[in-house]
Amino acid sequence: MTDYVVEGKGLTQDYYVSGGMFGKAKTVRAVKGIDFAVERGKTLAIVGESGSGKSTLARIVALIDHQSGGTLTIEGHEVDIARHKPDHVLRSKVQMVFQNPYGSLNPRQKVGDVLTEPLLLNTKLSARERREKAEAMLVKVGLGAEHYNRYPHMFSGGQRQRIAIARALMLNPTLLVLDEPVSALDLSVQAQVLNLLADLQDEFSLTYVFISHDLSVVRYIADDVLVMNKGECVEQASRDEIFSAPKHPYTQMLFAATPVTDVEAIRARVAHRKALRAGAGA
Amino acid sequence: MALLTIRNLTVAFATASGSFRAVDGIDLSVDPREVLAIVGESGSGKSVSMLAVMGLLPDTATVTADEMTFDGHDLLHMTGAERRRIIGREITMIFQEPIASLNPSFTVGFQIEEVLRLNMGLSRHAARARAIELFTAVGIPEPAVKIHAYPHQMSGGQCQRVMIAIAIASNPRLLIADEPTTALDVTIQKQILDLLMELQERHGMALIMITHDMGVVAETADRVIVQYKGHKMEEADVLSLFEAPSHPYTRALLAALPENATGDRLPTVSDFFGQEGVQ
Ligand SMILES: Nc1ncnc2c1ncn2[C@@H]1O[C@H](COP(=O)(O)OP(=O)(O)OP(=O)(O)O)[C@@H](O)[C@H]1O
Ligand SMILES: Nc1ncnc2c1ncn2[C@@H]1O[C@H](COP(=O)(O)OP(=O)(O)OP(=O)(O)O)[C@@H](O)[C@H]1O
Ligand SMILES: [Mg+2]
Ligand SMILES: [Mg+2]
Repeated sequence: MTDYVVEGKGLTQDYYVSGGMFGKAKTVRAVKGIDFAVERGKTLAIVGESGSGKSTLARIVALIDHQSGGTLTIEGHEVDIARHKPDHVLRSKVQMVFQNPYGSLNPRQKVGDVLTEPLLLNTKLSARERREKAEAMLVKVGLGAEHYNRYPHMFSGGQRQRIAIARALMLNPTLLVLDEPVSALDLSVQAQVLNLLADLQDEFSLTYVFISHDLSVVRYIADDVLVMNKGECVEQASRDEIFSAPKHPYTQMLFAATPVTDVEAIRARVAHRKALRAGAGA
Repeated sequence: MALLTIRNLTVAFATASGSFRAVDGIDLSVDPREVLAIVGESGSGKSVSMLAVMGLLPDTATVTADEMTFDGHDLLHMTGAERRRIIGREITMIFQEPIASLNPSFTVGFQIEEVLRLNMGLSRHAARARAIELFTAVGIPEPAVKIHAYPHQMSGGQCQRVMIAIAIASNPRLLIADEPTTALDVTIQKQILDLLMELQERHGMALIMITHDMGVVAETADRVIVQYKGHKMEEADVLSLFEAPSHPYTRALLAALPENATGDRLPTVSDFFGQEGVQ
């Protein structure tokens, strides 16, 4: 039997929104029945239009929000957080890196405490061991021990994103849900973080659900790809199938809109702009 | 004449372990109607140098420069009144972390309408109409409904587009866009970049675009500055940068495109420096 770490069946999520002063409150279905399954040690990438429900789905998978409908199964056990609050074993097994790292970090907590807190709550490590682990993790994500005593606001956007990743990795989770985890990173640091995730997956058979709008990242990291549009899954296939023969028009559109760094294309654009300018200036 | 001129900008932060130079002697200028891209290492001082222009750094920061002028106005020594006339109106900024820069306690509609009423002198009614127009321009679905939403009720990319709408609401002469499309899928990213380029052509707006996305640079920039550890490594027109990057860091950065993965590892700048024997 296939060893699925996480499975979703018919997952839906409804939000209630007020219609303003005179409008009527209404329900919006942000996720409209999604099925997926991820094998141990594999990566499912989720791509799709902004506002298509990716983060909403991620929050269900990471046991943050309860779904409106459908079932979620983690390592073969159905999980219903509305009925049973997940215990700390399950909580530490499933970790999430949020799309908005700033909002998910406590502004009054130093980075060292951000990283050691999960160890304090879930392990019997001594203070010194906790500190060593945290410092080593900082180095792995391209930061340094000198950052240990800084507060979140003292970092750059990309540095905060890496702190969020480091925190999620502290407890050796089984399933890691990453919501646009490298969107603020330059190519080199991004490479370092993606290599780290790949190494951890090889070593510990970590399972990832990875949301990204960067198709070159998805191509590198994914085993399978799920494409969302307006709350629905429009296409789901192996990475190679999606990249060699995208079937759905939305997927095809995504590939077509990807910017290119081709020198000839740049030359043509620059020439076009010069011509426009010359016309406007005359 | 350049619209914004910065010479020898340095920003130092007082930290528990002493003073830390986040920006070290940066020169930069941008002309009207020009798109200047700033790329570079995470933590290299891209955001901090632009926050210095906006006067938005915390008190722990010490900002010095030989010159920092906008259209002849000295940004370093200006009165509060003068600053309020320029910052947020003539110079606006799309901040890197959109959700964190919106006020969680007010609807997004209120936040953009406030800018339209205060900066553009629009009536309540006109501000609402214009807000819906701007939301439509940045591709927010159902703008008349979303205007009533609080930031936490919107997706990451929707918040980013609200931030963009707010930044262009006052027809700025200089727009500083700090990673403006990080939360957007490529189709909406294209729509936003087209919109910015159109504003730029139509109103002669100057655009400083901080991005780590080389595709965005390739498709929008006139000129590019490459930053590394608080210093400017290279400055070139966009074509030369991609055709013949002169600095090893730039070459390394371009080599780290995920398309260039060999086997199952992605090359990093230090791998590349190791190969080229550069320190
Ligand atoms: N708390 C909420 N209340 C009401 N509507 C919400 C709430 N959270 C999200 N939504 C709406 O649900 C839809 C899906 O949002 P979600 O954040 O899942 O999108 P996403 O695919 O992650 O987009 P992005 O790529 O922009 O981050 C959006 O239209 C959003 O406005
Ligand atoms: N308030 C602060 N106190 C101390 N150091 C700070 C503070 N704000 C920023 N820094 C440091 O200044 C340096 C430059 O930060 P900046 O935000 O400009 O980087 P960046 O180039 O925009 O990076 P990214 O691409 O990750 O956003 C970083 O090393 C950061 O840690
Ligand atoms: Mg999202
Ligand atoms: Mg930044």
